[in-house]
Amino acid sequence: MNLAKILSALAAGLLFGAGLAVAGMTNPHKVLNFLDVTRHWDPSLALVMGSAIPVSAMAFWLARRRSRPLLEPGFVLPTNRRLERPLWIGSALFGIGWGLGGYCPGPAIASLTAPSIGLVGFIAALGLGLFLSSSAAKLVSRGPQTVSEKAPVRAR
Amino acid sequence: MPTEFTPISALVGGLLIGAAILVLFHTLGRIAGVSGMISGAFRKATPTSERAWRFAFLGGLLLGPVVASQLSGQSLIQPSPASLPLLIVAGLAVGLGTGMANGCTSGHGVCGVSRLSPRSIVATGVFMAFGFLTASVGRHLFGG
Repeated sequence: MNLAKILSALAAGLLFGAGLAVAGMTNPHKVLNFLDVTRHWDPSLALVMGSAIPVSAMAFWLARRRSRPLLEPGFVLPTNRRLERPLWIGSALFGIGWGLGGYCPGPAIASLTAPSIGLVGFIAALGLGLFLSSSAAKLVSRGPQTVSEKAPVRAR
Repeated sequence: MPTEFTPISALVGGLLIGAAILVLFHTLGRIAGVSGMISGAFRKATPTSERAWRFAFLGGLLLGPVVASQLSGQSLIQPSPASLPLLIVAGLAVGLGTGMANGCTSGHGVCGVSRLSPRSIVATGVFMAFGFLTASVGRHLFGG
């Protein structure tokens, strides 16, 4: 096991968790007050994305100048470019769950050092949902819109 | 419960999240997407070496708010106002949804959008729309 890799991932996780907490995302009241525009609207979370996205864009842009990351032979990026049904339905389900509880996966995990019964229930259900999600994706993929897996990948 | 508009801490928090994405991509060449990280860490098929760094990231994610709370002198972690049954339904929807869509707020919303990935832009537009709709309309019906 490579210590440098472990420490890099730990450092990234620490920064991520600290960022979520500082941003107010480990306070579901703040998340729900952003998503609920009808009362006490708190636009703070728009600014979280507003500063995270440019830094992240810069990180990916800078990586183009490297042939490989520091500790691995290559970069791993998603190759799927199709806008298939599970993407739409899954994202809609996620939005509904996020709007109900005020937790998305990162802040939920990041809140586990101060657990409430509700958070533990949320995380257990999150795990079950993730476990069932590939079957659910297959289920909704069936139908006329299914694209053959052998379809040639469009050249960019 | 009303919360204050906190532009400075929101911007600083976002910068830290961006820095985390930078560190993980430039060292391990991986996207910092939390839902994928959880699936990858617990999936049986994941080899041990691949599992280890994912658990290290998740461990850091757990400790980050503790460190931030210590430094700021206030507890930054608060419980959700939603009831336990509602949170179980919410967790199931978030798990199923992010698994089906291969990403959540971090992987699609920040990493994917910043790479201008069409899938991530669609995912983010859809989950934001449903998030706003659910919290603005649905929450009044459930009394959350």
